[in-house]
Amino acid sequence: MEFFKIKRDIPFMSYGKYTTTISLVTFILAVFFIATKGLNFGVDFTGGTVMEVHYSQAADPGRVREQLAGIGLNDVLVQNFGSSHDVLIQVSLKQNVVGANLSEMILAQLRQQDASVEMRRVEFVGPQVGKDLVENGALALLIVSMGIACYLWLRFEWKFGLAAVIANLHDVVIILGFFAFFQWDFSLTVLAALLAVLGYSVNESVVVFDRIRENFRKMRKTGVAEIIDNAITRTMSRTIITHFSTQLVVTAMLFLGGETLHYFALALTIGILFSIYSSVLVASPLLMLMGVSREDFIKTEKVAEEVMP
Amino acid sequence: MNRYPLWKYLLVMVVIIFGFIYTLPNFYGESPAVQILPLRANLKADHALLQRVDQAIRAANLGTEGVVLDSTSVKVRFNSTDTQLKAKDILQSQLGDDYMVAVNLVSRSPQWLTAMNAQPMYLGLDLRGGVHLLLQIDMSSALEKAVEAASGDMRSVLRERNIAYSGVSREGREVTVRFRDEEMRNKALAEFRQRFGNLNFIDKNAGNEIVLLATIRPEEEKRIQESAVQQNLVTLRNRVNELGVAEPIIQQQGVDRIVVQLPGVLDTAHAKDIIGRTATLEVRLVDDEHSFSEGSPVPFGTEMFKDRDGTALLVKKNVLLTGERIQDAQPGFDNRTNEPAVHINLDGAGTRKFKEATRENVGKRMAILLFERGKGEVITAPVIREEIGGGRVQISGQMDTKEANDISLLLRAGALAAPMEIIEERTVGPSLGADNITRGFQSTQIGFAAIAIFMIAYYLMFGMVSVLALGSNLLLLVALLSMLQATLTLPGMAGIALTLGMAIDANVLINERIREELRNGITPQAAIHAGYENAFRTILDSNITTLIAGIALFMFGSGAVRGFAVVLCLGILTSMFSAVLISRALVNLIYGRKPRLTKISIG
Repeated sequence: MEFFKIKRDIPFMSYGKYTTTISLVTFILAVFFIATKGLNFGVDFTGGTVMEVHYSQAADPGRVREQLAGIGLNDVLVQNFGSSHDVLIQVSLKQNVVGANLSEMILAQLRQQDASVEMRRVEFVGPQVGKDLVENGALALLIVSMGIACYLWLRFEWKFGLAAVIANLHDVVIILGFFAFFQWDFSLTVLAALLAVLGYSVNESVVVFDRIRENFRKMRKTGVAEIIDNAITRTMSRTIITHFSTQLVVTAMLFLGGETLHYFALALTIGILFSIYSSVLVASPLLMLMGVSREDFIKTEKVAEEVMP
Repeated sequence: MNRYPLWKYLLVMVVIIFGFIYTLPNFYGESPAVQILPLRANLKADHALLQRVDQAIRAANLGTEGVVLDSTSVKVRFNSTDTQLKAKDILQSQLGDDYMVAVNLVSRSPQWLTAMNAQPMYLGLDLRGGVHLLLQIDMSSALEKAVEAASGDMRSVLRERNIAYSGVSREGREVTVRFRDEEMRNKALAEFRQRFGNLNFIDKNAGNEIVLLATIRPEEEKRIQESAVQQNLVTLRNRVNELGVAEPIIQQQGVDRIVVQLPGVLDTAHAKDIIGRTATLEVRLVDDEHSFSEGSPVPFGTEMFKDRDGTALLVKKNVLLTGERIQDAQPGFDNRTNEPAVHINLDGAGTRKFKEATRENVGKRMAILLFERGKGEVITAPVIREEIGGGRVQISGQMDTKEANDISLLLRAGALAAPMEIIEERTVGPSLGADNITRGFQSTQIGFAAIAIFMIAYYLMFGMVSVLALGSNLLLLVALLSMLQATLTLPGMAGIALTLGMAIDANVLINERIREELRNGITPQAAIHAGYENAFRTILDSNITTLIAGIALFMFGSGAVRGFAVVLCLGILTSMFSAVLISRALVNLIYGRKPRLTKISIG
């Protein structure tokens, strides 16, 4: 079985104008949504209390809300979660005057009416912690980007490092755009997924770049655009099959992984889809734009050979 | 050209056997158990204890799955949680307070595996259920306390040396000493500089006031903070012991934070109450000179506290000793009168201070105060009979055995160097934990099956090889996680699934490359060789970039995210090994021996 039997190279580089326009538009849209709607930061970052309780019968969020108003919690988010038996309660830090003991107060109040209430999960995050997590997350994003750029610079050439990092940050911004547009819960696990996407989608660029370098050595008389076209066309079947396989697992997580892994898998799904696009149609045109040439490699070839195992 | 030397096959074999052995404990599951740990240093977990436990359980007619002795504890396995809880109660009442009896889960894997140090993966709290707390230490209050103590010492030095001063006061972390003339101030300054090496002094003339300002030196500040963290860690350990939790984790995080993880704890209210108890101990003199009545203003330099029966007591503000100086407190009996008593051991500095204080105050009463949530209470107020040196203090009189027990427990576990606040809590109930395990396991299983079907359909024999390599990758990853006892969290399980999806990339790269070489018209053997050789560089590059992301996640992530990062990094390493070495070994075994190979099954 073989899905991709492409005889002639697809002239990706001649589509450069269109693809650059498309990615620019999606990028700007993403930035627009992040700026206007903002991310729906979860309790990990904003601080607050989240509780998941389980009732033996179907629970009515309205009743739970009334009960909580009884202990002075008026502005509380209460909703069914997963099934009608499970209720999710969210209290912002502003509402919370007792700190870490709020969850016990709430549970005691709920048990007055229904003794069968079972505590499934409590998350309390104080204001100091949320701030630290945001800072650390941003720092991690920065370090990963720089680390990858440096590695590609050592291994290939600075133009490659820069192109790959821009292409991948483009993916990250687009994922963030999706989370802003749909107001999905942005938690710590989603941040982990973002960083994983950064590492994962750079693979794509690396595979294509590897081919470009190889082609520069082998195809001495071909133009730069043709060389890139050939590299992309010949790695395309691998790109799609790999992503398809990864997506198989991620899909399993998306549907079977439960609430915690749902948004994690969602971020990965968007990341996987866009990294196919960006590695081929963002990174490579950028490379052209920066004027990559055979001379870049003739110079660096020796260095590259030394690094090789 | 596609033949491995024998040692490479052997290497692959040995690695897979190791992987299999260390993965094995995960299949046996865990049974409910009771763990008995000695709490005193002079008690040991030995055969005598083992026999005592065994007899107690036999006497109660409880069926066990086995009684084991390890280096620190005795563990008894049961077949149900009901018997486990019954046994816990029986053992606790028979062994008394000298031992901690905790419920736990113990691996059911056979002895020979445990002897090889093969244990099942260490599950995080989001999978096994439990409480995770992050506590922040209030350092500024620790520093203020230190400054307060220093201001008291400065006052007594001034008195001792007969240096006239008009006042000593503390504001925040600064002590202001006022003098009437410069000569006295210079005398005081010289004296202070000699005695208080850890303080900074500045002389200042504000208006017509002649003042000396004292602040703590930065290096001393750092030392106070470090020792506050250490003291609180010790105190927390003692308190958690009270809770009877098996395998608690109590660690410093950052400069001023402490992580407490209590697996399997359900009663979070009780746990938080015990942990968050912001109790500090102070020893001060009782002021019996002034008479006073309740409600009237207290004389200068004193404070009013009540004891447990509600009787009011006038106590001086000057602190003789803080709880940090108490090393140990045990209930016992007075050897002369045979009355119940509490024996206290002080550390070096405490011994010196206590000797001075008792020498000057024989016949007076001293009060031991417990401060909880800002409110002070007199635990006991004994009379000082004589000068007490050597650091061994005995408190006796007006108490029965139970009170002696209570007081010694409070003295032991009650003292925190600085108050703490819970700034983060993550509690997962056991039912959700079990659900999370099932979910993570199912995702991995179905993801793996889907990939396997696809790979075999698309690449035929080479697909089969890739799936075997992927399977051994999973085996090695689980073995490595079990061996390192790295904490497996739900995101970590997601990491396992994701690693599988990503690891197949290497095999796809190789297989595609072989197909391409075949298309270019070279022989199958040469194509296999070229495919592996050419793909390796790309595999290395792409894995290293992912590894960079994984390491950064590990460095900056916390809790569950860190679990993901660990799995990601380890997964990259095992996948490199399995995708390159193991799959190559398999291909070599299948095709390497046929010199006139004309066709290979790669779809």
